[in-house]
Amino acid sequence: MRETRDSGKPNLQISVNNLCLDMLGSRVLDQIDLTIDQPGVTMILGPNGAGKSLLLKCIHGLLSPTQGSIGFNGLNGNPKQAMVFQKPVLLRRSVMDNMRFADQDRQTQSELEQALDSVQLLEKREHPATQLSGGEQQRLALARALLTKPDLLLLDEPTASLDPASVLIIEKLIQQATRQHIKSIFISHDIGQARRLSADVIFLNRGLVIEYSDAAPFFFAPHSNEAKAFLSGEIVL
Amino acid sequence: MLTEAFSEAFRLILSADADLFEILWLSVQVSLTALLVSIVLGLPIGTTLAIANFPGKNVCITVINSLMGMPPVVVGLLVYLALSRSGPFGVFGLLYTPSAMVIAQVLLITPIIAALTCQVMDDLHKEYRDLFFSLSIPLNKAVAAYLWDARYSLITAVLAGFGRAISEVGAVMIVGGNIDHLTRVMTTAIALETSRGELSVALGLGIVLLALALSVNGLVTTVRSRARYYGCA
Amino acid sequence: MRHKIIRKLCFAALCSFSSLSFADSIIVQSTTSTKNSGLYDYILPKASTDTGIKVNVVAVGTGQAIKNAQRCDGDILLVHAKTSEETFVAQGFGIERFDLMYNDFIIVGPAHDPASIKGSSEASEALRQIASTEAIFASRGDDSGTHKAELRLWRDSMIDPTEASGQWYRETGSGMGATLNIAVGMNAYALTDRATWTKFGNKGDFQIHVEGDQKLFNQYGVILVNPKKCPNVNAVAGQKLIDWLLSKTGQAAIASYQVNGNQLFYPNAR
Repeated sequence: MRETRDSGKPNLQISVNNLCLDMLGSRVLDQIDLTIDQPGVTMILGPNGAGKSLLLKCIHGLLSPTQGSIGFNGLNGNPKQAMVFQKPVLLRRSVMDNMRFADQDRQTQSELEQALDSVQLLEKREHPATQLSGGEQQRLALARALLTKPDLLLLDEPTASLDPASVLIIEKLIQQATRQHIKSIFISHDIGQARRLSADVIFLNRGLVIEYSDAAPFFFAPHSNEAKAFLSGEIVL
Repeated sequence: MLTEAFSEAFRLILSADADLFEILWLSVQVSLTALLVSIVLGLPIGTTLAIANFPGKNVCITVINSLMGMPPVVVGLLVYLALSRSGPFGVFGLLYTPSAMVIAQVLLITPIIAALTCQVMDDLHKEYRDLFFSLSIPLNKAVAAYLWDARYSLITAVLAGFGRAISEVGAVMIVGGNIDHLTRVMTTAIALETSRGELSVALGLGIVLLALALSVNGLVTTVRSRARYYGCA
Repeated sequence: MRHKIIRKLCFAALCSFSSLSFADSIIVQSTTSTKNSGLYDYILPKASTDTGIKVNVVAVGTGQAIKNAQRCDGDILLVHAKTSEETFVAQGFGIERFDLMYNDFIIVGPAHDPASIKGSSEASEALRQIASTEAIFASRGDDSGTHKAELRLWRDSMIDPTEASGQWYRETGSGMGATLNIAVGMNAYALTDRATWTKFGNKGDFQIHVEGDQKLFNQYGVILVNPKKCPNVNAVAGQKLIDWLLSKTGQAAIASYQVNGNQLFYPNAR
């Protein structure tokens, strides 16, 4: 199932080494060792409170681990990262001004408009961003993240409780990003979505990596009882 | 009494009473100058308290918040003792001048502006912090974004400060001395007319002051309704 | 465009402030009655014309005025508490005390006169009656000249009203005008100087009940603050104003000030 790339671009490799994170006196991520070297979407699955968001934030640098480290290989220097949060954070400005704020490379107006068009927000470019619907807000957040031309895109449940049309647009954009050699790490609760998008899967529970494998074997025959229960829709405690 | 007061207020305004406009103008001048200084001091203080991390930060915020409720008379007394000829700053001869009134009002409203700024910026900082980190926004651009996106709330904070300044009597009475044609402002004039037993004149002046406050409030409402449109009320 | 206007406004504000410290101006630490009665509004323009001095009046109670002057926050002291004034001079804060003018204190009260003091020619007798009927009395309670005079009258009547403080004897801790407003509000008797009373605009049904007693004499004095104690004192201008007040012109000006046809102050400079 591993896709081999024919482009000359080397794959981004993310290595998580013995990572531990303590919060309020309890260990929330416990000795996580991973080497993520697949292109495409790496899906993080797991029940609530498993530590999925925390792991993503550690990778992004928003949280400093209590122990261990995170390394990036395969590119010259550190990868350019962008993150889309579960609850989109938008500046209290117009849609277009939100794009402009994130635009470090002084892209042309038509490039910005094209980016907005890709999330079907071009017509709302002068609307106040905070007045958009939830789906529109998240589409804008994704367009803004992609505008920074990242090597690594981190998505923390970007489609949770969005309208189906927005989910479709977002999934399409992420698949398109994969084609443009952008590596994504994606947290989802939607198993269907995970099947559609993922190249490989990290299954977390209570701060531990229970499984890390390619997508097909994970969904077809998970090893652990927790993953089996999770995939069959039972709540894992 | 009330109808008398209203007719007195209208008489004062319609007759374009020179003394009234002098007093009103000085009130506005003193309070606006104090406001300007307080903005220059209060915005950076409030912003720093909201964004920066340093030991004793919470103590500073608590102090600023308590200073918001400082009684004007106490401020007036402190400024009086400082500016008195026998006080530490007596040599400047500032007591019983509009400058003294400005100083007192600055001490009164800087904490208000700083505390409200801190609150507004703190909320915004909590909301934007992760995004700005994610986008690698440099500090100066981040602060500019905070100020810009909070501008409506900040204007409200500033107007709150102005309202406090223009309506305050205890401090300016002590440090200004309510000297005719020099340091008499609306509030001290009201106090004087009250002590003369000219209650309808006093109330008339009060109505004029109220009209000023109302127009300022009208401004706030306009600003707020615009702010709501961009989701920053 | 908007920035320009704001800048201009700021500039104007600053200019107007700096222009305030012009030429010869002095500060008079004064009792309130001379201001509230309108005397200053009447005589000071004349004084300024004759002497070229701009006079700024800070009107507070006599006690506070003396304390302010001791802190050097004034050039001239104009109050009405002779003993305190003499102490002020004796302590070296003032150069010399001059009698300036006088009027008298009166006891005012509600028309129905609950303590039946109307027409009494003796102030201390009237106060005794107020105390015995426990009729409400509003006192300044602020160490002002009028307050000191009132306490003197109580001493003469052998009564210590402060024992009934908060009951029928109510110390307002406020200026004359404020105390009169309070007195009218609660139908209380009060001691006031005649000038403030005559000009007072909120009399209700109040009347003068006691007047004419020798002990109700109210002397105003004027003192130049000692430049040796307070180097900032504008002694030249201050002396000039005092000279004018004590001169025939100044005394005539004081005498000619009338409210509703009543003379309020009687000049008596020697």
